[in-house]
Amino acid sequence: MTRQQLLDLYFMDARAKLIDLAAFLDRVDRGEGEPDFRLAAFRQALEALHQGEPVRAKSVLLALSDPTVEPIAKAPGKGACGAWPGPA
Amino acid sequence: MRYIEPHAHMVSRTTDDYLSMVTAGCSAVCEPAFWAGFDRSGVQGFHDYFCQLTDYEPKRAAKFGLPHFCWLCINPKESEDMGLAAEVLSIIPGFIDRPTVLGIGEIGLNKNTRNELAILERHIDLAARHDQLILVHTPHLEDKHKGTRLILDAIQADSRIQPDRVIIDHVEEHTVEMVLDRGHWAGMTLYPESKCTAARAVDIIECYGGERLWLNSACDWGISVPLAVPYAGLEMRKRQFSAGRIDQLLYGNPQKFLSQNPRFKAL
Repeated sequence: MTRQQLLDLYFMDARAKLIDLAAFLDRVDRGEGEPDFRLAAFRQALEALHQGEPVRAKSVLLALSDPTVEPIAKAPGKGACGAWPGPA
Repeated sequence: MRYIEPHAHMVSRTTDDYLSMVTAGCSAVCEPAFWAGFDRSGVQGFHDYFCQLTDYEPKRAAKFGLPHFCWLCINPKESEDMGLAAEVLSIIPGFIDRPTVLGIGEIGLNKNTRNELAILERHIDLAARHDQLILVHTPHLEDKHKGTRLILDAIQADSRIQPDRVIIDHVEEHTVEMVLDRGHWAGMTLYPESKCTAARAVDIIECYGGERLWLNSACDWGISVPLAVPYAGLEMRKRQFSAGRIDQLLYGNPQKFLSQNPRFKAL
């Protein structure tokens, strides 16, 4: 598809998500107390958007991923939180 | 449009969902064994669950004219308890020959622990000994990339497993390539808040060709959409996919993989 067609299809949706993202960061800024590791990971992942190649989604996912390679000794729980907290 | 729902946890869904799926063109539904949202207290709970998957749920689906199939395992969320996992593994052979069982799944990893990995290896061994297809769950969010690599290595380490008899599910942009490179099938799960959106799934198809890819809703007791697969078909139409290509992706591809087990028959 042409870039024009893709803009026609997805621009309004992406625009809404972009504003939501900005509003989320504003909301967190207005909040009180110290943020946990997720905010730094989020800001780090945002850097991937500046890439000039069409691998931004992959880069964002990798920025939020556990980069280690060995299985861990014990599960800290069942859930995942969306960002890697760093070495235990 | 006709489609196959290759991954749905129908025991958690209502009859309204069955009606909607059939109305939308669903031709078969496949249900991997999974976590109930709470830990079962013992092996008897799994025995009852496997009876539900192999007996009761196909009957419930049949009321809507929908063929229902299932996969059996202990889900990685409960594999941390190796004693329980061993007991569950011991009862699976008693269910494997039931007429709607497609294979072993959804096995895999959750938090990428040593115990989970050990139980994954035992499931792979079970599948190899009984010549079963394998459906793999990959971990959530920050654990997915690492977990997918560990899973791929565990499968590769067992030379009895043919790569094209394994589907690695819940792939995203950072894991799809490594899965396809190993010769496996890859599943994309369409969730509102995590995993893939329909637009991203179509992006992945455009980038990787769609030959060994399928799409599923993985609808369960959480936030999920039972009609996510036909909705993705609509997304493909917006992206100018032909009717034939949509049919291949939503019906032909899952049929090709699942038909490796001769029990599988879609409408």
